[in-house]
Amino acid sequence: MDLDKLRMEDFLKGVKSAVGVAIGYVPIGMTYGLLAKTAGLTLFETVGMSLMVYAGASQFVAVNLIAMGLGPVQVVFTVFMVNFRHFLMSTSLREKIGAGHRFLESLYSFGVTDETFAVSSVEERELTPAFMFGLNVTAYLSWSVSSGAGFLLGRSLPYALKSSMSIALYALFIGLLVPSARKNKEVLLVVGIAGGLNSAFRPFLSSGWSIVLASLIAAASVTYLYRKFKGDGQQERGEEID
Amino acid sequence: MKKLTSQTTLLMILGMAVVTYIPRVLPFLLFREVEFSPFFKDILKNIRYAILGALIFPGIFLVQDDPLFGVIGGLVAFILSYIGLDVVLVVIGSIGVLYLYTVFL
Repeated sequence: MDLDKLRMEDFLKGVKSAVGVAIGYVPIGMTYGLLAKTAGLTLFETVGMSLMVYAGASQFVAVNLIAMGLGPVQVVFTVFMVNFRHFLMSTSLREKIGAGHRFLESLYSFGVTDETFAVSSVEERELTPAFMFGLNVTAYLSWSVSSGAGFLLGRSLPYALKSSMSIALYALFIGLLVPSARKNKEVLLVVGIAGGLNSAFRPFLSSGWSIVLASLIAAASVTYLYRKFKGDGQQERGEEID
Repeated sequence: MKKLTSQTTLLMILGMAVVTYIPRVLPFLLFREVEFSPFFKDILKNIRYAILGALIFPGIFLVQDDPLFGVIGGLVAFILSYIGLDVVLVVIGSIGVLYLYTVFL
């Protein structure tokens, strides 16, 4: 096993990159904890769901469905539909990281979320398993602790702080995108089309599938158009984006 | 409202855990030996940014009832990252400006 390649230095870089995500998870995790309590879950179940499922959108959906009185099978099925977009993210990440140790991959892939995906996919240095662990463990701890805190403390976070913190993950996404978009106009085009399509699909599709469809169409069409009109210059472009 | 027994709830959480983990891990196991075509690799590269775009829009306008809230936060984040600040400072800066906006306006 190539565990000796797991360097502390890389792990700490991962931790550092996760700080924005960890801040952003506080208000959302707390809101989830409060909703879970309202839906009748115990503290054990509330935090247990964060520890075992670890997916914001599905946990919100699940708690809503439980509160509506839906059965467990329906809840599990809906959660599956909500989370299918992670398949797209892991496929893209695997391509960026390259094949590594099977055991390590099956551990850190548990930590793929919208946010950790966003951080690792714009990372310019080479991605290592140790980096992924640092990033994912930090985000995971923030999410789990915040959901427990939300259950216990409920509404005690001041309104102004809680509402202003709700921008955190969007600010994170923008902060991650801007450096890449400055260097490469193709990125700007992809982002614009994906965002536009997602806004158009949202009334007709669940948010999970809307994101999948919008991203696929935007990425495929821009890639196709660039190849067609800019010649086959993907080599140099590839290095630029990586 | 039908109350779930604690055993059912636990089983349901386990089921959720399984169906959430599968799409996360499957590409790592499935595509190990697969070498994608250059065209598909380019698409996968662009998908990273596409997903980011879809995560930002339209969600940022719906963060609070007041759509201006997201617009202001987004603009502040854009300016701070454009002048080259670290992502953590971008996040803290946007929160700070919106905190002032919420308290004083």
